[in-house]
Amino acid sequence: MTGIRVAHLSYSYGAKTALNDVSFEIARGAFCALLGPNGAGKSTLFNLLTRLFVAPTGRIEIAGHDLQANPREALAKMGTVFQQTTLDLDLTVRQNLSYFAALHGLSGRDRDRRIDAVLDRLGIADRVREKARTLNGGHRRRTEIARALLHDPAVLLLDEPTVGLDAAARRDITDHVHGLASDGTTVLWATHLADEVAPDDRLVVLHQAKVLADGYAKEISGLKPLQQAFLDLTGADA
Amino acid sequence: MTGYLTALAAIVTREALRFIHQRERFVAALVRPLVWLLVFAAGFRAALGLSIIPPYQTYITYETYIVPGLCGMILLFNGMQSSLSLIYDREMGSMKLLLTSPFPRWWLLMCKLVGATAISVLQVYAFLAIAAAFGITMPMLGYLTVLPALVVAGIMLGALGLLLSSFIKQLENFAGVMNFVIFPMFFMSSALYPLWKMAESSELLHDICAVNPFTHAVELIRFALYVDFNGAALGWTVLAAVVFTAAALWGYSPEGSGIRRKG
Repeated sequence: MTGIRVAHLSYSYGAKTALNDVSFEIARGAFCALLGPNGAGKSTLFNLLTRLFVAPTGRIEIAGHDLQANPREALAKMGTVFQQTTLDLDLTVRQNLSYFAALHGLSGRDRDRRIDAVLDRLGIADRVREKARTLNGGHRRRTEIARALLHDPAVLLLDEPTVGLDAAARRDITDHVHGLASDGTTVLWATHLADEVAPDDRLVVLHQAKVLADGYAKEISGLKPLQQAFLDLTGADA
Repeated sequence: MTGYLTALAAIVTREALRFIHQRERFVAALVRPLVWLLVFAAGFRAALGLSIIPPYQTYITYETYIVPGLCGMILLFNGMQSSLSLIYDREMGSMKLLLTSPFPRWWLLMCKLVGATAISVLQVYAFLAIAAAFGITMPMLGYLTVLPALVVAGIMLGALGLLLSSFIKQLENFAGVMNFVIFPMFFMSSALYPLWKMAESSELLHDICAVNPFTHAVELIRFALYVDFNGAALGWTVLAAVVFTAAALWGYSPEGSGIRRKG
């Protein structure tokens, strides 16, 4: 059973090709890193996966639901953490999560129970009454991940979620999301940092709008460190 | 259906909270029409003679004449303010959160529109209360019968804001909206002077004013404030609301261009 299936996806901004015949599959409960340098097409792929854009060709399935044919079912199964923070900084953590819960039709005691559960899971239950503006970068990211898990999605998409965080917060969040995959959530983690990818992770390398490599990280890197293998693949200088 | 209403309540509440957090916006929204009412109208009263035109039964002061136009001004500026908020949301990324909800996109945008209209209508009532305190009053029942007119006009102007936000690329371009949308719509309408006055100076300008949807929104409000009904004004306002809403929904559809401005 696949968590995410992308088949022959292409997308252009006018004459500039952002994605060219991109295909890959991620099994349910797997952690897959989408590694690519800046401008590789990662954010465009995320915009297509979240249906902010619609690709003229290709097909996307989320937890078995065709995104084009059944967008509501597919989006209901998906949690997303965007690269740019999407918290309302003037609202408290609970108000931010309540707003998102309502956008998924959750209300009342069920909503409150879910909010308490995800905040506890992310270790930020004590921040629930604080305004998002007062949180540090790491806690803001945790809040966004907690929010993305509120509706118990089968698939979690994270677009460069560690941008702007210090090393400790990066490690913390990377480890936590790996744990979510172990619990059965399919994770697609976009990054340009090879050190966020574990050897046993699935890895899709995206470069200049195409999939350069698709397999397990340890297979793609071979005997080299992944960072070096990635630089060799993309033709960048070490 | 409960889920739809949950989303509606949350989006309207968020719009209200945002408004409460921006007290300056509320003050500015009230000060602008009050300056027109208490300063501009006082000076203009002597220069402009008004004959008895429907819905008025007697001669009226100029201050009384422009109250419906200033109600429309509040709705117009708020519609554009909501457009500005939408562009800000897009630049800040929170629009993505809204548009990736599993609810249909048309419903989510309609919720935004309802929230923005509710806030606009509250501001109009605050303005009418202050105008009444200065002795510029309407028939008591008019304060009630104007409510549906304000809602229809508010939705039409909010939909225009929504449409503009789907085409404006950056926040910085919003000044162009002031110059090319707000000012022409306001000045080329019946908000400040009746259309027959405009016809005296230019037939062409009169014709432009007559097709301006803002003119019809103002006339709808004017008649409703005097417990009267202007069917043509309602028809034009509803038609404009439908056209603007349909175009805005297309602009924000995945196939349209609204969210693509900031990928």
